[in-house]
Amino acid sequence: MKKKILIVDDDTDFIGQLEILLSNAEYDIDKAYSKAEAEKYLDNNNKPDLAIVDLMMENTDSGFALCYHIKKKYNNLPVIMVTAVTNETGFQFDAATPEDKAWIKADAFLAKPIRFEQLKREMNRLLGN
Amino acid sequence: MANLFKVLVVDDEPGMRSGIARILNDSTITLPEMKTDVCFSVTEAESAEHGLELIESQKPDILLLDHKLPGMSGLELLVKLTEKKIDILTVMMTAYASLETAVEATKNGAYDFLAKPFSPAELKHLMRKASSRILYKRQAQSLAEEKKKLRFEFISVLAHELKSPLAAIQGYLNIIRDRVSGEDIGHYDAVIDRSLIRLEGMKKLIFDLLDMTRIESEQRKRDLTDVNLNHAVKKSVDAFALSAKEHNISVHFDVPEDLTIKADVLELDIMINNLVSNAIKYNRPGGKVDISVAEQGPYIVIKVCDTGIGMKEEEQKKLFKDFVRIRNEQTRNIVGSGLGLSTVNKLVQLYDGKISVHSEFSKGSCFTVELLKNSHQKTKDESESSADKIMAKTE
Repeated sequence: MKKKILIVDDDTDFIGQLEILLSNAEYDIDKAYSKAEAEKYLDNNNKPDLAIVDLMMENTDSGFALCYHIKKKYNNLPVIMVTAVTNETGFQFDAATPEDKAWIKADAFLAKPIRFEQLKREMNRLLGN
Repeated sequence: MANLFKVLVVDDEPGMRSGIARILNDSTITLPEMKTDVCFSVTEAESAEHGLELIESQKPDILLLDHKLPGMSGLELLVKLTEKKIDILTVMMTAYASLETAVEATKNGAYDFLAKPFSPAELKHLMRKASSRILYKRQAQSLAEEKKKLRFEFISVLAHELKSPLAAIQGYLNIIRDRVSGEDIGHYDAVIDRSLIRLEGMKKLIFDLLDMTRIESEQRKRDLTDVNLNHAVKKSVDAFALSAKEHNISVHFDVPEDLTIKADVLELDIMINNLVSNAIKYNRPGGKVDISVAEQGPYIVIKVCDTGIGMKEEEQKKLFKDFVRIRNEQTRNIVGSGLGLSTVNKLVQLYDGKISVHSEFSKGSCFTVELLKNSHQKTKDESESSADKIMAKTE
């Protein structure tokens, strides 16, 4: 069975491009264009196998809040956070150390523009392929 | 709210120092033009050397400085302050009120001159002048800083707005280059269309930006002439006829044949064009646009209504600011820069007018612009009370 991926981003083009790239890599894609839309999706008891979440949407920290929400509902659901913040400000996040893991509820952090190969590697790792 | 100014009196006569302290410590001066009261707290120094120490440690706002002092003279202290780049409003006091001393002191940065002996009324009069000078200067400074900050914010948002379509197009081109959806070019139609939409948006942003700079640039002279509104609206409707036809939208306008307004043609065109193109863009296929222009008292009222997607109340509030775009399901594929309405808003101010919107979500929006029919020729800065103007006013 195809794995189901939830992509949350307010950037239509980013979602569109991931959709093209991932459908080709044999995934089913569900989309949400805001934190609110994603939360509605979760409240309707949809359960993806992995979520890709943008950091800045309605608010600058929407992604963090959404991650928290996702993990509270499905503790084992892997989340990859993507953001252009690093590229624009040089401010780098990482979810590798235990201290970061304590407050960033994401399993991986990728900087936009993302490299597809790297994304696929992270997805495979988190999906246990 | 009262402003407290720190005053330093430097004089070797103890009677003079305590006299000034007594008068100023007890008085409150009202500055009606600044809508504020001013009071003072006075510190005393018996020599220029001690005065300098106090100036550096306490940073007083106003310095009342005797000319003739033992040791360093008043003029020498003034020169020292200029050297040290200490900005303090200084009033020279001297018993030998000669023209030369006054000229010399002003040359060295003194603000004004007080001839001894002076009355409490004379002192208060001078303090009133000095206080309002300081307040005007502060106001001008904070205005200039505010302006600088706004400019910076504008540029950083602009950079972001220009970068994001480039990133999107880059992503699409990579998809095509890597043949992600196979060799058949037909599979990439959506990708190419989307790239073109983003390119179109970027082009629009650059054009709107040019419009905005043309309005805000100091070089351009506004040329107010009697403009026929019927012709102006018709010109705009003709310009957008093609895109209206594309979306199957019918455009009607109702403007009296001989109605005119004293306006700058370019400015009026930008306002009307923005409203008309928005009404077409944010409409639904088969929708309608109604434009009406009428005279109401001293105002010309331009109304542009559409049967489009409309807006929610919280969206309407943000509408006239730079780079605000309403983002939702319906606007996703509509090209816009977020500068159109904010530009219209800025122009409307030049005609002592206002812009408002009445909108119902998913039913349509009505934009109303009111412009003074006979607005007088004014310069760019007149409506924004520039720092220079405030400075000039105090002279």
